[in-house]
Order: sequence, then structure tokens, then C-alpha cells
Amino acid sequence: MQAELLSVRDLSVSFATEGGVARVLDAVSLTLRAGEIMGLVGESGCGKTTLARSILGALPPNAQVRGTALSFAGQDLLTLDPRVVADRVRGRAITFVPQDPFSAFNPLFTVGDQVTELLRWKSPDRRPGEYFYPRARRRADRGRALAMLRAVHLADPPRLLTKYPHELSGGQRQRVMIAMALLPEPKLVIADEPTTALDVTIQAQILKLLRTLANEHGASVLFTTHDLGTAWEICDRVTVMYAGQTLETAPIEAFVRRPMVPYTRLLLESLPSRNAALQGIPGDVPSLVSPPSGCRFHPRCPQASDACRAEHPAVSEQSAGHYVRCHHPQLTAVEAAAV
Amino acid sequence: MTHGAAPILELHDVHTQFPIHNAWGRRVGWLRAVDGVSLSVARGEILGVVGESGCGKTTLGKTIAGIHRAGAGKIRFEGNEIGDLTANEGRALRRNLQYCYQDPGASLDPHWKIGRALEEPLVIHTSMSRTERHARVREVLAAVGLPEGHLDLYPHEISGGQQRRIGLARILMLRPSLVVLDEPTSGLDVSVQATVLRLFLELRERFDLTYLFISHDLGVVRLVSQRIAVMYLGKVMECGQTAQVFASPVHPYTQSLLAAVPVVGGRRVTETFLLEGEPPNPGSLPTGCRFRTRCPRAEARCATEEPALRVLADGRQAACHFAEL
Amino acid sequence: MSALRRLMRDRSAMLGLAIIVALVAVAVFATPLATFPQDVTTYHPPNRLLPPGPKFWFGTDRMGGDIYSRLLFGARITILIAVVATSVAVLIGVPVGLVAGYYTNRVSDLLMRVSDVFLAVPQIVLAIAIAQTLGPAIQNVILALSVTYWPFWARLVYAETRSLRNEVFIEAAVALGASPLRVMALHVLPSIASSVIVRTTIGMGGTILVAAALGFLGLGPPPPTPEWGRMIAESRAFLPQAWWYAAAPGIAILLVVMGFNLLGDGLRDVLDPRLRRGGDAG
Repeated sequence: MQAELLSVRDLSVSFATEGGVARVLDAVSLTLRAGEIMGLVGESGCGKTTLARSILGALPPNAQVRGTALSFAGQDLLTLDPRVVADRVRGRAITFVPQDPFSAFNPLFTVGDQVTELLRWKSPDRRPGEYFYPRARRRADRGRALAMLRAVHLADPPRLLTKYPHELSGGQRQRVMIAMALLPEPKLVIADEPTTALDVTIQAQILKLLRTLANEHGASVLFTTHDLGTAWEICDRVTVMYAGQTLETAPIEAFVRRPMVPYTRLLLESLPSRNAALQGIPGDVPSLVSPPSGCRFHPRCPQASDACRAEHPAVSEQSAGHYVRCHHPQLTAVEAAAV
Repeated sequence: MTHGAAPILELHDVHTQFPIHNAWGRRVGWLRAVDGVSLSVARGEILGVVGESGCGKTTLGKTIAGIHRAGAGKIRFEGNEIGDLTANEGRALRRNLQYCYQDPGASLDPHWKIGRALEEPLVIHTSMSRTERHARVREVLAAVGLPEGHLDLYPHEISGGQQRRIGLARILMLRPSLVVLDEPTSGLDVSVQATVLRLFLELRERFDLTYLFISHDLGVVRLVSQRIAVMYLGKVMECGQTAQVFASPVHPYTQSLLAAVPVVGGRRVTETFLLEGEPPNPGSLPTGCRFRTRCPRAEARCATEEPALRVLADGRQAACHFAEL
Repeated sequence: MSALRRLMRDRSAMLGLAIIVALVAVAVFATPLATFPQDVTTYHPPNRLLPPGPKFWFGTDRMGGDIYSRLLFGARITILIAVVATSVAVLIGVPVGLVAGYYTNRVSDLLMRVSDVFLAVPQIVLAIAIAQTLGPAIQNVILALSVTYWPFWARLVYAETRSLRNEVFIEAAVALGASPLRVMALHVLPSIASSVIVRTTIGMGGTILVAAALGFLGLGPPPPTPEWGRMIAESRAFLPQAWWYAAAPGIAILLVVMGFNLLGDGLRDVLDPRLRRGGDAG
């Protein structure tokens, strides 16, 4: 069993909006082990991006965060000095691959300028508190950058560094993003829907790249997605979320073949490859300003009971590594996917 | 569902291109978004048009609908030539051909009440009296499953899903026979997709519609379309019955495309997928076959001779020198 | 409409509105409100240049006329010029901007080049030139102002129409078969109405200022018309002793222009971001 790298316990995040206070995350708990790729799966409004941002410490100022613990590599990020978090954790120990690689770049500077800027502050060779950029380190960093760009299968890295972001294709930009996320030698890479904006043939290449490189560099990956297909491709374990609550965490095989929570089963059944009858999940995603009580899925759940309305259950381990937060977990297997 | 022999829509070597301007506004080339597409759609069927970004499927849909003007080629709709007509001339003939945006809710004017927006097609194209218009509006509103109270609301006062239904209802006001659906399930959650698809199928039953279903999502297209056309950089690479194409694709691009789609619980794409590289710049296409720069089977012949879309033994078409069943 | 309610909560906008309402009221009820209504046309040289006092609230001018009363009647002139000139400018500028923004052909280029030419010349200089050529009369002032002011609306509407053309609902209306006239009048215009309203409100303030400038230069309506700008011009010879002579019309102009600006700003805060999103955030 690998060591525990990230532990989120009872994290709740709310935002003050015009319509009221939106309770975006409700007592979310999650653990991530060193070297694994964990998928965070959920539909729109489930809070996966907010959770990713909370771990990164990159929430907007109007967010209210409450939690028992958010511990990363043994340190509680909620209580750590924000300057230390900004300097040593964010962008260094925990890095980020965004969904839209185009808007993550500054359009006015070349790719090379932006990579240099990153390495100036976040290079593994940098001493804490160092302000100036010594020439020796600059040279070493450049070599590091070129090697990484080659590792992400980009052609002619020196020439690529002179280009502007708009001169690259979507796939190329995302590769640069992945390279930039791995250069600081992080322990954790948070990838927020990194292939949603890409074509399916490019997606396949990027997913493969992400998994290979993460394994090579010993980094864990927290991979958020609304597409179960991409989660299936590279994740070791998956956590499914709905409307700000976590419902089920399991190794990927168990998740797909023996899902226990009704929401997960319905989600798998509505995949096009298994859904000739066109069954969806009736109802709408609830408002986060006035969400349903207890388990937020209960208005749409076929197994809902009074217990579900009363409270969202604590985590319980149903079998090895398979955790659910549900009053009515089902133990029968799901039909195999149509290949 | 298919009746009659004459196809409702026929495209013959349609070209649509856009000028490429440099920083000084001077035209430096042409972007051949649709570069010689020939298709036919039978009445009552659902033809899926798939491809990745830049393949021209959206431009094709908009050209058929008259939003873009075809530079060359023929478009025959319900027996009438509509390809080289101006917007004004084509308006009457195109009445039965409607275009549905990816987000039909966005096609509603935010300053107009929904009832008025629904009546607009009737006001423009028909001379129906007010009572007749109201009756038709109520009928279609019921068909998409929405209450009459919505007629007095503004679009921002109803949910996104309901806006989508209103957008659809607006298109159906004129009782079209062919609807071009442009990425209708893009951006939708998986659980909502099924509901939307079901709505499309119900409406097709009720109003006797034919669909041109444009999408980049192969799983969805497989579910609803009877025939499928695969496009790449402005041309059709393979076209045939959906079941056949998915079961045994003959064109190397189709094979790569299908191999790239993840299947939950099935083989892992990241372990088996082989297609490297990216699509070439559409402003400067390769000579010969446009897929040859990435094709695993490319040979010398592919660089000199562009393969035509030829018919194979089982009725489907493929544009490849080596396509065999 | 909640937009109206939000406007009512904006204190400075309400102050602006109050000033404008006061202006209109003063203009309409000038006759009963004035202490010496006849002073608009008659002269009393013995009373000339008296400081403000219980009889003549704002003092008297060089011809002995009561400044307070003349000011009230001057409000009519001010409103007339502002409303008519602005209306004509809007009626010319908005359609020009719509057509130029909707189409992308030579006509649209031509229209915008014409408005560019007008905009290149400082408005005041152009207005002076026109008014000078035609002679001092109220209709010439209005003409000069309209002719120089329409390009501002044309440019605003042009920019908004251009960006609106790419909106899905406009493209959808065109795809539906709506004629260009229909799209422009029924779809584009309501969407840009809020910008036009804001610009018009602020524009009125600007018009008044330029009209006063023209009057100051002697190009406005001829004496004895109590036009505010002319009153200030007349006062120059008697400053700084007869300070009330310039102060009264000056402060009046200041208040009125400020009123329009405040209201316009309030309208912009209320109308622009909301209407862009199509109403209250859901």
C-alpha cells in the first residue's frame, strides 16, 4: 500500500453569490496515495473543479472554506502560512494543468518567456527566497525545459520556445502545459478536464502522455472529468461526486463493473455505448443555494428513503478499497460494456 | 420510416471556402472548409456527419441551410436547386429546411418574450391569422413538453434545458421536412444527453422529420443515425450504414477515429492507439490524399493521386485507394 | 421592472433626475414663477446692474432686466435646443449606424468614412462655422448642433451592431429568413437601446454646453432672447463687480449639464451590464 499523499477531510466550501450563499462543497473527503492517478468524476455543478482549486489554494476571495483537514505531504494546507503555500506548494509541489490551454497562456509573451518565468520561481534548483536568477541556473533550467518538451513529443523544442501561444495548435498547447506542470518536479499534478477541448485522436495521445510521464516522474495525478471514458483510460481509482458531495470511491475496475451507489449505476447506464433505450436520469441538478437535505441526490434516486433525506452518510468501506457514502449500496454487478 | 425513392437532399461536389487575410487585410489564400462533398439523404432517415474539429461538418451544415454560400457544386433540396441562390431567392424554397444551433436556447432573442419568438417564423413566412398562429404555437409547445405559461416569459427566466426545447419548437413552427442538427449534445451531461436524444426521436416521429445529425461524438451518433458520413479536412472519407461502418471501417481515418474513442470497461485506447501527429494546416492541404501525412498505409500513389469516393460491394463509399471489405 | 427600482436607489442619478424635472417645470411654468415676466422683452435702464436683493433675486442685467425671470424663460430655449437638436442627431445617427454596422459592403464603409470626417473636426469649431455662415437664430443653432452631433450616435450604434451581428440569436433570425430590415429594427435595435438611451441622456448635457458656447460667441438667438450663454457673454464687460450677472446663468448651465450627466451615469450602471446578460442573473 503506497503512502498517503493527500488527505481531504470534511471540506466545505461556499461562495457568496447574488442569489444567496452557494454551498458548492459539502463535507467532502478524499484520499490520494503517492504515485496513483485518481479520477474525480462528476457532471456539471458537482464541485470537482472547486475541489481541485481548493487543494491548489486558488479559490476566489469570496469563498469560505471550512474543513477538518487538508493535509498534503504531512502538512495541513489550511493552517499553513499562505506565503509558504504560494511559494513552495502551489506551482511547485502541486501543479495544475488547465482545461483550456489557450486562455492559460498570456497571449502577449512567447512560450519561451512563460516557461522561463515559471522556472525562475518554481524550478527545483531554486533556493527558497531567491530573488535573482543566476546565469548558471538559467542555463540548467533551459536544458531542463528542452528535455521536457522533447519528452512530451513536441518537435523542435528550441524553435517552439520562440513561438507565441496562438501559433500553436490545441494539442501542442496542452503538451506545453503538461511539460510546465512537470518541470517543477511536483508530487501532485491536478489536471482539470485537460482533454475536454481536444479532438478525440489528440485526446488519446495526450492521455497516454500524461499517464506515462506521471509514472516516470513519480507524480500523483488528480484528474477531473465529466467523461467516464477518459477516467477509464488512465485512472487507477475514481471518486464520483454529485452536487458538491462525494458518493463513491473505488479502484477503476470495481467502479465500472461493480458500482454500488445508485447514482453511479445510473450514470454508467446512460453512457451511449450501453444506452440503446436512451434512459437518462430524470430531474435536474439541484441549485447549490438551496440544495436538498441529507444526500443531495435523493430527489432523483430510485432507492431514496427517509434516512437519505435526513443525512448524508459517513464514509463506509464496503470491500477492499471500495468506499461509499450511501444508505443503500447495491452489491450486484453491472452488465459488461458493449465493446 | 423511409418512403419514396427520391432523396430529400442531394449534394453534388459542394465547395465552400473562406478567404484568409493577413495582418494587412489582404487576401492571401483560401480556407477550403468544404472541399468537394457529395452526399444524399433519404426522406425520414437520420444521417450522421462526424469528424474532428476543422473537418468542415459545421460549415457543411450551414451551407446547406443557406447561412454560408456554396462556392461551387449543386445542392438539391426536395427536387429544387438551392445551391446557387441568394438568401432572398432561396428563402421560399428553404422554408422546409431548418438549422438547429448547438445551443438552441441561444438562438432566442433575450429581449423578446417566448411567445413572440415562437410566432416569428410564422409571421415571416406565412400569412396565417393571429388565431391560427396561436393555435400552431400551442400545438408545437405541447409537442416539446412545455406548459403554455412559458409563452409570457423571457428566455432568461427559464432553465437551460427548457430554452433548448423552445429553440427546437421555434424551428418546428414551419413544419420543416429536413432539420440540420449541429452538435446537439455537445457540452451536455451524459445523463441529460439521453433525454435530449429521445426528444429528437419523438419529434421526428411526430412531425415526420429527416435529420442531418452533425456531431463529433461518435457514441451518440451511433445511437441514433442509420447512416453515417465521416469527414476529414473538408471531404467525406467514408459513408455507409452506421452498423457496418462501426463494425468494420474500411478507411484508415475511420479506423483511427474509432480506435481513439474510449470505451468504458473495454480495451484501453492509451495502450493500443497508434495515430501520431496532428491534422495539417487547412489553409495548405497536402497533395493527393489529405490524410496521407498521418495514414499508416500511405504509399507513393497517395501523394500524387487524390482518391475519389467510390462505391464498395456492400453499398458504402470510401475515399481511399486501398479500401477493401 | 427591477431596473427602475435599482435606478431609484442611486442617489446621484435621482439628483440628476430631480434637476432635469426642475428644469422642465421651470420652463413650463416660467410665466407664473417669474417675478418680472415682462423683462424678457422690455428694458428698464434705471435698474441696471443691481446686486441680488429682495426685489430682484438674482440681480439685474445691463438693461435693467431681472436676471431671475430672464433665466426662467431662458430655460425654455435651453430645453428646446437640447431636445430638438439631440432628437435630430439621434434620428440621423442611429439608422446610419445600424445600416453601416449590419452590412459589410462599400455603402457601410462610405457611411462610416463620412461620419469619421465629421468627427475629425472638433464639434465646436464646426458648429461655429455653420452658425456663422447661416446667421444668429435659434434654428441655425439647432441645425449646427444636429449636423455635428449625429456621428457620435452613428459610431456607437455601428460598434454595437457590428459586435451583435455575431450573436447566435441574430444569426438564427437571419437563418430563419428574416429580412435585414426586420433584423435591424426588431432584433438589433432593442438590444442596443440601452446604450443609445445612456448616450442620449449624456448627449443632451453636451448639447446644452455647446449651445451655450455658441450663444456666448454671439452665434445663438439674437437679443433680447434670454439665452444663457449670451447672458454670460454680456456679463463679461461688467465683471468682477457685477458677479451675479455671470454667476446666475453659469450656475444654471452647470446644474443642468450635471443633472443630465448624473442621470446618464445612473442609467448606464443600471442598464448596461444587466441587459447584456439578458436580465437578472438566474
